[in-house]
Amino acid sequence: MARKQANVRNFSIIAHIDHGKSTLADRILENTQTVTKREMKDQILDAMDLERERGITIKLNAVQLHYTSKSGEDFTFHLIDTPGHVDFTYEVSRSLAACEGAILVVDAAQGIEAQTLANVYLALDNDLEIIPVINKIDLPSADPERVKKELEEVIGINPDDCILASAKANIGIEEILERITEAVPPPEGDPEAPLKALIFDSLYDSYRGVVAYVCVKEGSVKVGDRIKMMATGKEFEVNEVGVFTPKALPLKELSVGDVGYLTASIKNVSDTHVGDTITLSTNPADEPLPGYRRLNPMVYCGLYPVDSNKYNDLREALERLELNDSALQYEAETSQALGFGFRCGFLGLLHMEIIQERIEREFKIDLITTAPSVIYEVEQTDGEMLKIDNPSMMPDPQKIQEILEPYVKASIMVPNEYVGAVMEISQRKRGQFIDMEYLDDVRVNVIYHIPLSEIVYDFFDQLKSNTKGYASFDYELIGYQPSKLVKMDILLNGETIDALSFIVHKDFAYDRGKMIVEKLKELIPRQQFEVPVQAAIGNKIVARSTIKAMRKNVLAKCYGGDISRKRKLLEKQKEGKKRMKMVGSVEVPQEAFMAVLKMNEE
Amino acid sequence: MINSVYIHIPFCQHICHYCDFTKFFYNEKSADDYLTALAKEINTQLPGKNNPVKTIFIGGGTPTALSHQQLKRLLELVQEKFNISACEEYTIEANPGDFDKEKAKLLMDYGVNRVSLGVQVFDDAMLAELGRVHRIKDVYKTIDILKQHDLTNISLDLIYALPKQTARHFENTVTEAISFDLPHYSAYSLQIEPKTIFYNRYKKGQLHRPTQEEEVLMYEVLKTKMHENGKAQYEISNFAEPGFESKHNLTYWNNDYYYGFGAGASGYLPGKRTLNIRPLPAYIKQAMEDGNPILKIDHISLKEQIEEELFLGLRKLEGVNKNDFHQKYGFSYERLYKQQILELEQKGWLVKEGDNIHLTDQGLLFGNEVFSYFLLDKLDLEHVH
Repeated sequence: MARKQANVRNFSIIAHIDHGKSTLADRILENTQTVTKREMKDQILDAMDLERERGITIKLNAVQLHYTSKSGEDFTFHLIDTPGHVDFTYEVSRSLAACEGAILVVDAAQGIEAQTLANVYLALDNDLEIIPVINKIDLPSADPERVKKELEEVIGINPDDCILASAKANIGIEEILERITEAVPPPEGDPEAPLKALIFDSLYDSYRGVVAYVCVKEGSVKVGDRIKMMATGKEFEVNEVGVFTPKALPLKELSVGDVGYLTASIKNVSDTHVGDTITLSTNPADEPLPGYRRLNPMVYCGLYPVDSNKYNDLREALERLELNDSALQYEAETSQALGFGFRCGFLGLLHMEIIQERIEREFKIDLITTAPSVIYEVEQTDGEMLKIDNPSMMPDPQKIQEILEPYVKASIMVPNEYVGAVMEISQRKRGQFIDMEYLDDVRVNVIYHIPLSEIVYDFFDQLKSNTKGYASFDYELIGYQPSKLVKMDILLNGETIDALSFIVHKDFAYDRGKMIVEKLKELIPRQQFEVPVQAAIGNKIVARSTIKAMRKNVLAKCYGGDISRKRKLLEKQKEGKKRMKMVGSVEVPQEAFMAVLKMNEE
Repeated sequence: MINSVYIHIPFCQHICHYCDFTKFFYNEKSADDYLTALAKEINTQLPGKNNPVKTIFIGGGTPTALSHQQLKRLLELVQEKFNISACEEYTIEANPGDFDKEKAKLLMDYGVNRVSLGVQVFDDAMLAELGRVHRIKDVYKTIDILKQHDLTNISLDLIYALPKQTARHFENTVTEAISFDLPHYSAYSLQIEPKTIFYNRYKKGQLHRPTQEEEVLMYEVLKTKMHENGKAQYEISNFAEPGFESKHNLTYWNNDYYYGFGAGASGYLPGKRTLNIRPLPAYIKQAMEDGNPILKIDHISLKEQIEEELFLGLRKLEGVNKNDFHQKYGFSYERLYKQQILELEQKGWLVKEGDNIHLTDQGLLFGNEVFSYFLLDKLDLEHVH
């Protein structure tokens, strides 16, 4: 079906978690009759179970919609979904690069949040037309006038341009659709030029291989074309192109402005990097679209199967997940305590949690996760530089000249009454105050430089709990700075447990040591013998606690009615043991390996 | 052959803070309806009169919470259904608080020959803490009445490891209990079970619990005192003069079959364990409708039967007999458990003596650890066939 490029509109939705992005997307699908009410599952775009449970979008989706404007003109819309979490900023930037417009959704009661602001700036960097929507205006606590003022002061949006809406109550949706036709420009680009298609996401399908989500910026691509990935140089033959409606609908070709998918018997997701440009082998473009970069993990941890026999299953699980997630990195490693496993790199903590949960849920492998670590740069006395992503690999103190750690620029947005609390937490987390700006009468953006490792611990949790949940937070990596760091080892029953080692600032080492030995005492159940728990820096013990020996474990009463219950109890006990790891002579539960993360520093 | 019958009477005048059994506040009308439903259930499951039986146990709840008239009705029902004269042991549970001469006489008249008395602790303040209404003086009074009516086969139940209790304190309780010189004693460490008042307090951090170390001391005090006074331990929590071991309870530990009648009662019949409906109105409704008020049936495979044979049998001090097992299952347990038994012997928890395996003193403290060794994997049974 031929259609005019001038009537294509590509846009995405930018919103903070809970501000109503998914509901608005659903409403748009319904109002354009892309999906009938009967087909509507709640929140269609968040397809993965995990996404629905957590109310977040992990994988991107792109849906084609048809809309007839009030003036009777037919439009083709492509709605490109974006993930809403800081870990996935790069994906956001790529999906925004596939659009000409963005709907900015802001909660009428809560106002704009740090993460949203970061994404708005990304959108502005990409020259996107912003359509401001103040959502949830039907809430009793809604204050659209204040939010309008905030948007004006913070982003420079004309208050008259704001659309008042309630996606839940279906208010303002028509107005949004009309505004898209008026304000968002059609995609530019020459249909006759050599092909340039931006890969903004990809997933792996066991039948078709890699499915690349693409936005055609120049030229066109059709089934049978020989294509080339400009970053990797790999070539493939296209066997299917199409759009999502939201079901996959195969088409003959994709042309300028089209947002859809392409398959070409690509076996390996690493051949289709997000951000790469696809062109034709026969008539290649001179240069790729701008902005491609390879994603580097920021956070590392060890993943080990509780049951050592599942090592190969874990490898297969990681291989499978990697097919859909080019940001996931892993390599085999061995721990004296935990045996064979993998050191895995993630974009951030959420990314890490999601991968863990998917492995446990989808692949049914019980995991032991070591506490997350960042990459430290170590300059040795012999001048050699090392990159350390596993605390237990830290060289002996006498060989270390200097340790550098990654810092981030953290933007924390809070009501002004909590600025004191935010500063206190940031100072305690070794932050350096940089700047503070008032967004309006009440809201303040506080900027700190903070070691990434502190953020990996419980920074966000503490921020939330000390600001009654009002703080929102965004960060970006700014480079390495030298720090006075030491490695702390943990000994169970006199044996150093490599998987429990962590890096800590010298000034906090004693307190952390004390806290962790107490925490481990709580988390590790009594054993058949007494187990000393020690924290050590080098050869020096800095803290100690003792797990007392188990003295009894027997159910006193067992009569007729207790037998089935008794069986369940014994089975549970046996099952529980399977979820423990024998470390030397001590049975350690999974949670203990994350103990470093679970310390309340009050 | 099914030789044992358990009958549950789910009524109480008061609800104890630790109790998770099926129980309801006593009220005359629902107790009447309950007895009608119970009769219907028993008549449906076991038609005919004078059925042969070796042991009967009427438990609760508190069977003695029933009125004189209702108790009589219950005992008549049992008399009609079972051949009481051939019954070796006929036990009823009683609370020291709600017992009197009339009830004692009834029990005598209808052939009850054993009474299990819930004494719990010889400390009025602690009894109050447990939510018990009886006091120490009631224990003396009740035992007097029982003895006057020739009901001398009495079992006295204790609970230890109570909040704030010390080993020294428990020693006083054991001493006072022993002073009655009864033929049978049971003593259970307090378990905090879900859906109890204690559980809620515990969750809120408002319930003191003695340390494991203190609890082990109490168990040692108990065993020593019982031994010194000629009450031999025959199960983890049970002590008796020779010949006075509870035949009914041995049914459970010998993994033999038994009927379970009444709300929330469990039964074990060839190939299945059954559990009756617990809520009173639902139990009554279903029993009246078809006499089959079962909530759930667990089918017991050979694998499960063998596991239970071991983890129940090892609760007895004499343990599990090789020849008995072979006779029952047609092969030796060594073929399934050789490795486990070896490991447990090395740990000092299990010992072979003659043709039996049984727990050691240490093994008694770690029963659950030992028992879990006897759970089999699905395929373990294949090579013995």
